[in-house]
Amino acid sequence: MSNAAGSLAPWQWIGVPMLFCLIWTILFAIPLRVFGLQLPEPVFAMWPVFAWAMIRPSILAPMAVLVLGLFLDIFWGGPLGLWALSLLAAYGAVLGARTMMIGQSAPVLWIWYAAVTGLALGMGALITIIRTQAVPSPYILLWQFVATILLYPFSQRLIDRFEDADVRFR
Amino acid sequence: MAFRENPLGELKVPLTWTAAVAVIVAAVVAIALLATDRRGTIQAEAYGATRKAADAVAAPVGGVLSGPVRWVGAGVDSVRGYFFAISENRRLKAELKEAHEWRDAALALRNTNERYRILLGLKTDPPIPMISARIVTDTRGPFANTRLANVGKEMGVKPGYPVMSENGLVGRVIGVTTGASRVLLLTDISSRTPVMIDRTNARAILTGDGGPNPKLEYMRGQNPVQPGDRVVTSGDGGVLPRGLPVGVAAKGLDGRWRVILASDSAPVDFVRILEFEDFSQLVNQQELDKMPVPPPSTHAAATIGVTAAPAAGARPAAPTVGTPAPGTPTVKPPATAGAATPAASGTPVPAVPRPASPAAKAAVPAPAPKAASVPASKAAPVPAAKAAPAPKAAIKPAPASAPKPASVPASKAAPAPAAKAAAAPAPKAAAKPAPKSPAPKPAAKSEPHPASKARPPEKLEEPPL
Repeated sequence: MSNAAGSLAPWQWIGVPMLFCLIWTILFAIPLRVFGLQLPEPVFAMWPVFAWAMIRPSILAPMAVLVLGLFLDIFWGGPLGLWALSLLAAYGAVLGARTMMIGQSAPVLWIWYAAVTGLALGMGALITIIRTQAVPSPYILLWQFVATILLYPFSQRLIDRFEDADVRFR
Repeated sequence: MAFRENPLGELKVPLTWTAAVAVIVAAVVAIALLATDRRGTIQAEAYGATRKAADAVAAPVGGVLSGPVRWVGAGVDSVRGYFFAISENRRLKAELKEAHEWRDAALALRNTNERYRILLGLKTDPPIPMISARIVTDTRGPFANTRLANVGKEMGVKPGYPVMSENGLVGRVIGVTTGASRVLLLTDISSRTPVMIDRTNARAILTGDGGPNPKLEYMRGQNPVQPGDRVVTSGDGGVLPRGLPVGVAAKGLDGRWRVILASDSAPVDFVRILEFEDFSQLVNQQELDKMPVPPPSTHAAATIGVTAAPAAGARPAAPTVGTPAPGTPTVKPPATAGAATPAASGTPVPAVPRPASPAAKAAVPAPAPKAASVPASKAAPVPAAKAAPAPKAAIKPAPASAPKPASVPASKAAPAPAAKAAAAPAPKAAAKPAPKSPAPKPAAKSEPHPASKARPPEKLEEPPL
């Protein structure tokens, strides 16, 4: 039975999704306008963060979340640590409620995903308010929230792919 | 071996706890980084080495990725130009006609402005050199609105430089590395830009909130702004030059005044980085700190501004270097010229004959004869117009009754030109105290002129006409 844990190689369920996140984040940072409208800026890191916590508890995953968050902060030019802390809050919340979420249907998990995304954005807004004494635009927050929760199918796919890989955490 | 017999099968709970500990450790690291972050400042060292390295990598990658986008955009523009050439030609003709009128008005105004500047002796801003750059990445989130430009310190870009598109102000540089510059947009939540309403000169702070239309805050006055008012940079604080176009004022859905940014009217692909050294960079802080501070006066408590407070007795207080007695023109030594009075500047103002106000004539601090150091009853006063500045005597503190010699009766003071009075050498008799010789006629009067008797030293500040 040792191959049950061994089949879940970290590069498969952490490395590859992380790489996809980075690529999509960079692609969406291209200054592109279509009919005068800019591209949305979804938080691509949300879908692996949700899926990693759902698949199994891990020591590597929080570190990967930290790296992803720091990458977003540096690449987007925001305060260093803002997205790292926000994503870690989301990861911790999913990890804490994992036993409640596991085994539920995809639409319900989508709602959970939306709630966790709202938590991450709320955390970011709170940090921003504390740092700058200014409230971020609610319209832009809502816009980013909507763009991010549309990414849930990627998260669902990752969960479906690796959920049964380690039977100890089913 | 069955699964339940495997000791690793019992690792579920411990691993969950270990993962929780890992989350906490990572969160502590993130909090520490967040607490030490100083993004948004114009200090070069605040932009860390990690960010510089990441920008140096991201700029060429973004440049390559945005290349096809630019080509596609150029292609679309070409096709659009081909199909809409006639309508665009009409529109451009109308614009050109309007532009001609504006050009004539601008030329006339420029001419008038130049004449006014010459007349007023205004120090005008020098022309600002610019660096052209291309935007390669764009961030549009609620917590960060920045762009990466593809020029860096190799082109002389420095943090704090304003960035403009062809339509208006975009933001300012907050980080520079080789081959890349990070531009903080006006819409970023940490962006604060001093602006003014062009129509009313009302000042405001343009505050970003992550949205496309930043807010106008800290406005003063009644109805300082109306919809459609043009908003430009005010130049307050010296961080940005004055008069850069920012946008147009509009009322937001939340009832706040906001600005529709001029730079948003077209895609921001190429920008100009203005090599504008802000005031805080130009000024030599060390030199400012070296400014000599005047030594504290022993009678500092008895002075109110430049006027000596009356003493408890009938006689006025003895003047010190920093506190001239009423009617006693004294020239302070340059070393202690901290006070902002004309006498303190070391260049006494000569007497100016003004028949309409003779009192002011005698009060001008230029003539400070040596006799000022002797008691008034024995002093040999000199007519004010002929008295030369005698710094030697002026450095010495004059006694309390010293105002008399300088207070020549107005009717007997010769109205000499100012230059003559200042350049005339002091007569010998005036320089020496003459206790026993008969005093000249004006000096025979021991009582000063009533007009000059109680003259406050504020009159010393009267500028020469």
